[in-house]
Amino acid sequence: METSASTKSATTEEIRPFTIEVSDGELEDLRSRINATKWPDREVDPSQGVQLETIQALADYWADGYDWRKFEEHFAALPHFITEIDGVDIHFIHVRSEHEDAMPLIVTHGWPGSTVEQLKIIDPLTKPTEHGASAGDAFHLVIPSLPGHGFSGKPTETGWDPVRIAKAWAVLMERLGYDRYVAQGGDWGNAVTEQLALLKPEGLLGIHTNMPATLSPEISKGVQLGEPAPTDLSADEKKAYEILVHFFATGTGYAGEMGNRPQTLYGIVDSPIGLAAWMLDHDEASYQLIARAFARNPGGLSRDDVLDNATHYWLTNSGISSARLYWESKLGFFDVKGVELPVGLTVFPDELYPAPRSWAEKAYPKLIHFGEADEGGHFAAWEQPQKLSEEVRATFRSLR
Amino acid sequence: MPAESKDADAATPAEDGAIRPFKVEVSEEELAELRERVAATRWPSKELVEDRSQGVQLAPLQELARYWTTDYDWRKCESKLNALPQFTTEIDGVEIHFIHVRSPHENPLPLVMTHGWPGSVIELLEVVGPLTDPTAHGGRAEDAFDLVLPSLPGYGFSAEPTEVGWDPGRVARAWAELMHRLGYTRYVAQGGDVGASVTDGMGRQAPEGLLGIHTNLLAPALGMTDQLPAESDGERAARDALAAFRASGFGYFLEQATRPQTIGYAVLDSPVALAAWMLDHDTDSYYKISRAFLDGEPAGNLTPEHIVDNVTTYWLTGTGASAARSYWESGRAQAEALAAGQAPPEVSIPVGFTTFPDEIFRAPRSWAEQVYPTLAYFNEVDKGGHFAAWEEPELFTTEMRAAFNSLR
Repeated sequence: METSASTKSATTEEIRPFTIEVSDGELEDLRSRINATKWPDREVDPSQGVQLETIQALADYWADGYDWRKFEEHFAALPHFITEIDGVDIHFIHVRSEHEDAMPLIVTHGWPGSTVEQLKIIDPLTKPTEHGASAGDAFHLVIPSLPGHGFSGKPTETGWDPVRIAKAWAVLMERLGYDRYVAQGGDWGNAVTEQLALLKPEGLLGIHTNMPATLSPEISKGVQLGEPAPTDLSADEKKAYEILVHFFATGTGYAGEMGNRPQTLYGIVDSPIGLAAWMLDHDEASYQLIARAFARNPGGLSRDDVLDNATHYWLTNSGISSARLYWESKLGFFDVKGVELPVGLTVFPDELYPAPRSWAEKAYPKLIHFGEADEGGHFAAWEQPQKLSEEVRATFRSLR
Repeated sequence: MPAESKDADAATPAEDGAIRPFKVEVSEEELAELRERVAATRWPSKELVEDRSQGVQLAPLQELARYWTTDYDWRKCESKLNALPQFTTEIDGVEIHFIHVRSPHENPLPLVMTHGWPGSVIELLEVVGPLTDPTAHGGRAEDAFDLVLPSLPGYGFSAEPTEVGWDPGRVARAWAELMHRLGYTRYVAQGGDVGASVTDGMGRQAPEGLLGIHTNLLAPALGMTDQLPAESDGERAARDALAAFRASGFGYFLEQATRPQTIGYAVLDSPVALAAWMLDHDTDSYYKISRAFLDGEPAGNLTPEHIVDNVTTYWLTGTGASAARSYWESGRAQAEALAAGQAPPEVSIPVGFTTFPDEIFRAPRSWAEQVYPTLAYFNEVDKGGHFAAWEEPELFTTEMRAAFNSLR
């Protein structure tokens, strides 16, 4: 995909409108690669990774049913921009609310996500009166693509960890003229958002997270080493502890490889099915959700949702450049970072772990909102946009 | 790949102990398709570092791809394989491929030698001549071996298991059956990498007729590092090397042990992805292979041709995912043993071990003695790494002769 993201502007602080253009040739090449996929035999046990039946159903639909143009029509109609920050062109969607007093909000996606994950919350947050909320709950939305992801540029030097990204986000909000704003994220989006809160840029009032980092050093060490749960844990804490032990024992292969050797994953750049499988294999709950979508029994994510995101990765060739974020980051995924600003959080039950309120209160001394959703998992904005929108409104109401 | 290599078990009515001759036959179409895929590779941007720390670097991999599509000739490899006596036989429900070379000398010692990951029988081909026909290779007739080189289940020309349970212990039992089926009543076993785990398993099972084992990776040390001495410089260096491997070199291991099927899609569909995944094993072999492609300076026998022979074998047999599953099986077996509180039985037969200096960790004698109380032979040689037999076939041959001399 030729994007203007690779073109340096004369005035580096300029904010340039950005247009998405995908040629028919690129889509044809993608389709022919999917049709030419060479498959392994069926897995011998379901726990061995993405199952052949699921990925073959995905391949059939990707090649024969899925329509990128339908997604593109909607996606390209959004206000897209590019601006160079710290040497990298940052792509972002910027939707201003019609409500003048709207609160500016920067929302950050994670991996294997992209701005595609955040599209369903744009209207509820920018046009609250059309979605059962009041004008006083309106937000101006800034949704950037992480460096190396989607339509943002790919860093050509090391150092783009969540700390540096957070610094870039502060520059972005300043450049957009926002001097009072809030921030939200899950997954890497949470890591960046928490780092932004630690930087305390002038104007940042508080944050909301749907993947909170609440583990004390003792708990973090214990779950990573697979030690038995401490005996003084409450029922909630014990449940979270055991889920985390299981995750660290069996579910970190993808993160280990991307953290150690992202460049070795040539297959997620050369093979669409290699990429799709790699992206589906994030956490067990979201994998099951996606597998159900391709078994024609969708929950919060549809087949089109999944392939919009996978196609977006494919067309921007960002499989490996996005994986490098795992290599760059030296932060514990779930370790307490010491955020002092006001924090709201929402526990989605199928997230990597359900954060107990007791841990959250210790992790975030200024916990201004603690919500628990009835359903939903890792991709909250994507699969539960209504609920996430409500939670974001509730969190930031007191900061307006 | 020819039908007889992958579907042989389907064509076999029942496990009858029959040993069937086998030839590798690859169609021109398969080779043309492979070249087309390599030529059509879509590449990522270059890594952001000047070393291997982000993974297989773009430059050596692009050179490998260039070589693969232009200079490389699979037919040479195929001829080399087919010049050797190859067979398949069904054991425990899986069709096992093996090379079986009998020595022309009298009273050779039968030796079953097992490759590892990302290896195959390709890594053992250069020692076939020296081990079976020592007098033609600077040795004595009494150093001769009859050689059995099986392909691990799910690897190369062996069939893929269709049920769980093929951990190293089960492979070890299959190898004992194979040697029994071949009529060997006194034999020895050797292996490195996964082959070391299988050979270690044979040592612990001590099937009738197995006189001793030799390995060139101290596989049990991986699971008991904290119990091994770390007093001397050598012991501390070995401990530190293992810690470094766990901290930064473990990605492929973890992925294969937990989600082999997921990485399988990429390596089955993209030849370059497969090559990269296979090159990213350990630091020493990576740089040796990288230099072989970029500088034309191969280390020992790790030449571009031999590297690509091995990758092409994986590609043509479509075994990227099924080979990766052996890590899943090992991990599962270890977790079950741990949960059951079962320590494996000690090895009670004589053990030989050779430390090759560039292996993932340079096992000191003290470690080998602790892992194997019956250690009967230990030597540290002056060159060679993880792929010892492949990289330094002469040195490796010398070690085999010395290690097993007392068991003849």
